[in-house]
Amino acid sequence: MTCDELHGKLMAYVDAELKGGELAEFESHLRGCSGCAADALGMLQTKLATRAAGMRYAPSAEFRLRMEQGIRAKQSPAWWSLRWSSVAMAAAAAVILLAAATVWVDRNGRERELTEIADLHVTELASANPVDVVSTDRHTVKPWFAGRIPFSFNLPELQNSEFTLVGGRVAYFERSPGAELLFNLRKHQLSAFVFKDEAGALSARAGVTAATRLALQMETWSEGGLRYYIVSDAPAADVHALGELLRKAARP
Amino acid sequence: MPLFARLYNFAHWLTQDRSEAEDLVQDTCMKALKGFDSFRQGTNFRAWIYRILRNTFLTSRTGLRAMMVSLDDEEAPVAEPVAHGTPESILLSNADQQAIQSALEALPVQYREVIVLCDVEEMSYQEIAETLAIPAGTVMSRLSRGRRAMRESLKEASIRRSSLK
Repeated sequence: MTCDELHGKLMAYVDAELKGGELAEFESHLRGCSGCAADALGMLQTKLATRAAGMRYAPSAEFRLRMEQGIRAKQSPAWWSLRWSSVAMAAAAAVILLAAATVWVDRNGRERELTEIADLHVTELASANPVDVVSTDRHTVKPWFAGRIPFSFNLPELQNSEFTLVGGRVAYFERSPGAELLFNLRKHQLSAFVFKDEAGALSARAGVTAATRLALQMETWSEGGLRYYIVSDAPAADVHALGELLRKAARP
Repeated sequence: MPLFARLYNFAHWLTQDRSEAEDLVQDTCMKALKGFDSFRQGTNFRAWIYRILRNTFLTSRTGLRAMMVSLDDEEAPVAEPVAHGTPESILLSNADQQAIQSALEALPVQYREVIVLCDVEEMSYQEIAETLAIPAGTVMSRLSRGRRAMRESLKEASIRRSSLK
């Protein structure tokens, strides 16, 4: 691959659209060409800067409330019984509405908080670039967050565990930046989120809370002014095991 | 509510107005809830709901007005301009968030939406194509042109700032 050919594919590379042999050939050229490597890095930085700047707008609390009320009104029996006349259709509608309700309705702030965190995990896995710092080494991942988030945190030693650190990136919750860490366990992926636990910003709960959202296992706790969340499709015991490792690492 | 905050962010980038963004998200959610049975399980939920939002935007007054802006020869392939080792090549990465936001705001909506979907929502070209109902080649072309326009805008802003010092 020549430098000119590479530049034609630079955008696709940065957007994670190159696959297989094409990607291997591209990266092989990058390793041997400092000019092209610098160009690729510049474009990647540009994409990251745009992503951070693009996370600009958040819905107001009043708007959230209005939406919740609107959705509840739409889900009232009168609404769906008018729409579906036959018994069979009503039964089908009930199933659909039940599924929709599970996914859509936030009953309170805590529901919303956990659903949004689950959402962040799903979005991360759907992303073409699930992590911005790719490393299995906690001594590489932790310093990468310095200056990017307004706090520091400890990562556990994973050598004697089944978990592998994949990397991390900055996540936003309630417009505050925090750390999003991705771990592998067998064929499962687990996200750990760490945000500042400012008074009133996140739901105040003592101890470890386990929950299930969107068929994902979750665990959350607060320690040292930080709130932690773990989300995964792995069994609850594995989510708890990673939680234990993180809690141990956080203690002095 | 899955994707609620992200849908709102996208809606605000499209409409550039808080009240219109709220109306857009509200209409989108109600349409999605009403037509949930039309969503085929196993297909891309994110593309489905963003498509509803974007189609709803297109039928709004702001959407109709925004889409009237014609783009020059957008099907023609555009090579990504790369300035080797010059400050321009890292201009965007060094620009502050506000400058990047202003540059993004100034883009025609057709460029702005693909950049937000690609860089902020991290959708693949195929997902963007499904969401916007345009060919993947057009997605690439708009991305390339939009990013170039942003770079030019930031370059001009940087020159203006320098001349004021």
